[in-house]
Amino acid sequence: MLPSIVRAATRYVSPSTVSRGIASSTPVLSSHLFVHRDTDYNNPDVPFEFSPDNMKRIEAILAQFPDGHKRAGVIPILDLAQRQHGWLPISAMHKVAEVLDMPRMRVYEVATFYTMFNRQPTGKYHVQVCTTTPCMLCGAEAVRERLKEKLGIDKGQTTKDGMFTLSEVECLGACVNAPMIQVNDDFYEDLSLKDVDDIIDNLRAGKRPTPGPRNGRTCSEPIAGLTSLTEEPKGPGFGLQAGL
Amino acid sequence: MFHPGGVHGARHIAQSLHHVKNAIRGTCSSKLLMQQKAAAAVAVESKKGTVTPPPTGPAPTAPAAPNSVEVYIDDKMVMVEPGTTVLQAAALAGVEIPRFCYHDRLSIAGNCRMCLVEVEKSVKPVASCAMPVMKGMRVKTNSPMTRKAREGVMEFLLMNHPLDCPICDQGGECDLQDQSMMFGSDRSRFTDIKFDGKRAVEDKNIGPLIKTIMNRCIHCTRCIRFGSEVAGVDDLGTTGRGNEMQVGTYVEKLFASELSGNVIDLCPVGALTSKPYAFTYRPWELRKHESVDVMDGLGSAILVNSRGGEIIRILPRVHEGINEEWISDKTRFVYDGLKRQRLTQPMLKNSQGLLEPVDWEDALSGIAARINRVPGQEMAALVGGLCDVEALTALKDLMNRLGCETLCTEESFPMNAAGTDLRSNYLLNTKITGVEEADLVLLIGTNIRFEAPVLNARIRKAYLHNNLRIASIGERVDLRYETDFLGDSVHVLAQLADGDHKYSEILSKAKKPMIIVGSSSLQHGDGTAVLANAIVLADSLRSKMSSNGDESDWKVLNVLHRHANQVGALDLGYKAGPSAIKQMQPKVLFMMGADDGVVQRRDLAGDAFVIYQGHHGDKGAEMADAVLPGAAYTEKYATYVNTEGRAQRGNVAVTPPGMAREDWKILRALSEFVRGSSVLPYDSLDEVRKRLAEIAPHLTRYGQVEDANYFRQSKDLVWNAARPGHSGQTLPAQQRELEDFYMTNTISRASRTMAKCVTAARHQKSTRYGL
Repeated sequence: MLPSIVRAATRYVSPSTVSRGIASSTPVLSSHLFVHRDTDYNNPDVPFEFSPDNMKRIEAILAQFPDGHKRAGVIPILDLAQRQHGWLPISAMHKVAEVLDMPRMRVYEVATFYTMFNRQPTGKYHVQVCTTTPCMLCGAEAVRERLKEKLGIDKGQTTKDGMFTLSEVECLGACVNAPMIQVNDDFYEDLSLKDVDDIIDNLRAGKRPTPGPRNGRTCSEPIAGLTSLTEEPKGPGFGLQAGL
Repeated sequence: MFHPGGVHGARHIAQSLHHVKNAIRGTCSSKLLMQQKAAAAVAVESKKGTVTPPPTGPAPTAPAAPNSVEVYIDDKMVMVEPGTTVLQAAALAGVEIPRFCYHDRLSIAGNCRMCLVEVEKSVKPVASCAMPVMKGMRVKTNSPMTRKAREGVMEFLLMNHPLDCPICDQGGECDLQDQSMMFGSDRSRFTDIKFDGKRAVEDKNIGPLIKTIMNRCIHCTRCIRFGSEVAGVDDLGTTGRGNEMQVGTYVEKLFASELSGNVIDLCPVGALTSKPYAFTYRPWELRKHESVDVMDGLGSAILVNSRGGEIIRILPRVHEGINEEWISDKTRFVYDGLKRQRLTQPMLKNSQGLLEPVDWEDALSGIAARINRVPGQEMAALVGGLCDVEALTALKDLMNRLGCETLCTEESFPMNAAGTDLRSNYLLNTKITGVEEADLVLLIGTNIRFEAPVLNARIRKAYLHNNLRIASIGERVDLRYETDFLGDSVHVLAQLADGDHKYSEILSKAKKPMIIVGSSSLQHGDGTAVLANAIVLADSLRSKMSSNGDESDWKVLNVLHRHANQVGALDLGYKAGPSAIKQMQPKVLFMMGADDGVVQRRDLAGDAFVIYQGHHGDKGAEMADAVLPGAAYTEKYATYVNTEGRAQRGNVAVTPPGMAREDWKILRALSEFVRGSSVLPYDSLDEVRKRLAEIAPHLTRYGQVEDANYFRQSKDLVWNAARPGHSGQTLPAQQRELEDFYMTNTISRASRTMAKCVTAARHQKSTRYGL
């Protein structure tokens, strides 16, 4: 209980600079919905069963966790369900809850928290374009626009033929190879707009373009050769005092 | 016409002696039994013959543990146990730290940050609800840093909280309102210059009881933790992340708990409010009346809120011995049933056989005319589970004066061996708080989740925190915790009593076992065998405990009653069960609140005259020739004895509707009209209560549990009587599923809210998400 007198007193003590910092940014809202609505393709009656192979994988995953903590396997098993089905329908979440013997709500919580669980159907190729700062500085927005144009869809949409889904995502951890896109599990890095066309054309043709950097690098080394550590490595004992 | 109570008490005793003689074929002296029956108050240690005074007041608090540490709250020293949080230590020092997410009876979440305080030598403010104390810690709960932290948190909360207090039902009892006045800043930097608004969240439909306005949610997660920890129903959770996070059910689903209404009290803002109460009154407009709930046998402490002769809502009161601070949905939302189907006028059947409203004098004289023609031996009385002790006393006194000794309750109780003559046979002897000490609970023939939801919450609490083990016998039901299911019939119980069941060893190893027999199982054909075997089993467990050197007077045997005042009726000497009435086929039947339909017209003599006194037009009034409108539990000063044997007082919140009157007064008035010298010797409530104290002193020792004893004698009586046989049928659970929970008595059957709950529960079962 704070007496009002004390409050009044502190008001005079505290600096009364009423310079209102009017700074505002529009919150970026997720394109996903965090409530479920039954549709004809996503409802509890959509059949979902783990394949026998995946059941074995589930056993292997659960073997990592001690008894009483099997719930910890919810993320890998949801991932397994998503890999099997292409995306994560509510019936798959229910199945995971059943496998792990945990309340369905606790599975929904996990599945909605992690943005890499797709709770809506995705195309055969899920094209994710990173637009976080380093990629953005290197032209990710142009890449995104080219993808939109090429696929004829906006971000968050799927092409009519069900081949491509385009998403804009946060950092995928390939900043040194910016800009980049991820198609399913493959990273395509150091992209020019031509590379973007090429990748999409190849995918359309049913081929798998080689993942990795597109500007001649093999990984994240400097493009014009080494800029440091260029001399031969010094052998053991380099720089030690003579006395040692 | 005042009869000295002693004469009257003697009649009562004579009756129970008669009762006892019928029942006893054993070694125990009937005198002993009579003594206990008539003056059940004083706990007599039968072996030693010493009289122990009844317990007075709470046990003295334990002295500070030697390893307690000192903490300074605003320079005031308090000694607390290690592991106490800073917030709790501050509470001990008399400083209340503001909080939203922290709640005494829920786990600590630490996510609202409202309880930030400055701790000396700590660079950052500390969340006091989650920080354990350390030796010599100096906490500043009113420093500039603390105040600034609180103001900051409050500013963030208010950024996304709608300013709709004028239309919010929480207004006046809102933690956010109060704390922003007390601890918030007097100005906001929130400027919506782009008019893109505050966060907007879709409202959820979680049933007919709880209204959700999710824009107001501040993500304290109390409701989620309540569902998952107390109710054991994981229907609520958070979906999404960051600014998009929302509390809800993800799929459209009923919050399928019998305790769901408690989240309304828990919600610190107006996100979860009561649907039936919506937009009616502000809390300060209501009159509050402390009272006792009658929806189940526990007698939860409630606060009845009324205005203008109408009950507006019912809230729980804290009672650590019974309901902590939870009440069931039936308790909380049944009140609209008190406004419907009420009997508001005395009625008599006319020559066409139709009930016709008459005034009180005509009704009473009409009834007296019929009663006066019939000898007492051909009269009977039947009472329901909602009748209060005062009314039961008046009815019994009146009927006894007329020469009638057949006074029965609707609820049966096995009468072999000692039956209801020994009080220990029909009480929840270990008390409700015993659950917290017990290490094993054996539930027999009860769906305790619906028969006593608050007790079930306590069992669940002990299951979570004390490793309480629970075993069950009877129809398999979902209690929201794991149980060792032993079997569905009394056969298993008989094996346990004989000690030749594989679970016997586990039972006998238990240090403080509790056997809870549901009174619904005693209504069953095998009820006699259930009680007999439970008594024998309890006795063997007790003797094992004492042979292991356990000196504590742990009582093991418990009976859980379904009705509010069944224990009160049995304490007064009512016979349990209507079988005596069915045998004698009475010519006059006085039914008081008897609405379960256990006695039908066909059980009575052909021209029998049936008087119904009660508050609702239900099965009882349907078969009556005369109807006397009585008062419901919120309309009278009444005493109820809960299943533990704890006498509690209910108070008047509103006056009875129409011409209805308090029940004992009706009977007192009727006694003026009937033959001879039957006028009841009390004219005021105090005099009635004096009479209660004459019959059994514990009935007016309000709030205290009167212990019972004589377990050994009870067991001897069972043992010497022929062992009751049993059919081995499944012991059915009367309330199997959620939909069975809502309508169990005449008040809840008249309630529209309860009807909506039944519909919602049935609908939820039929959806693709199930219950």
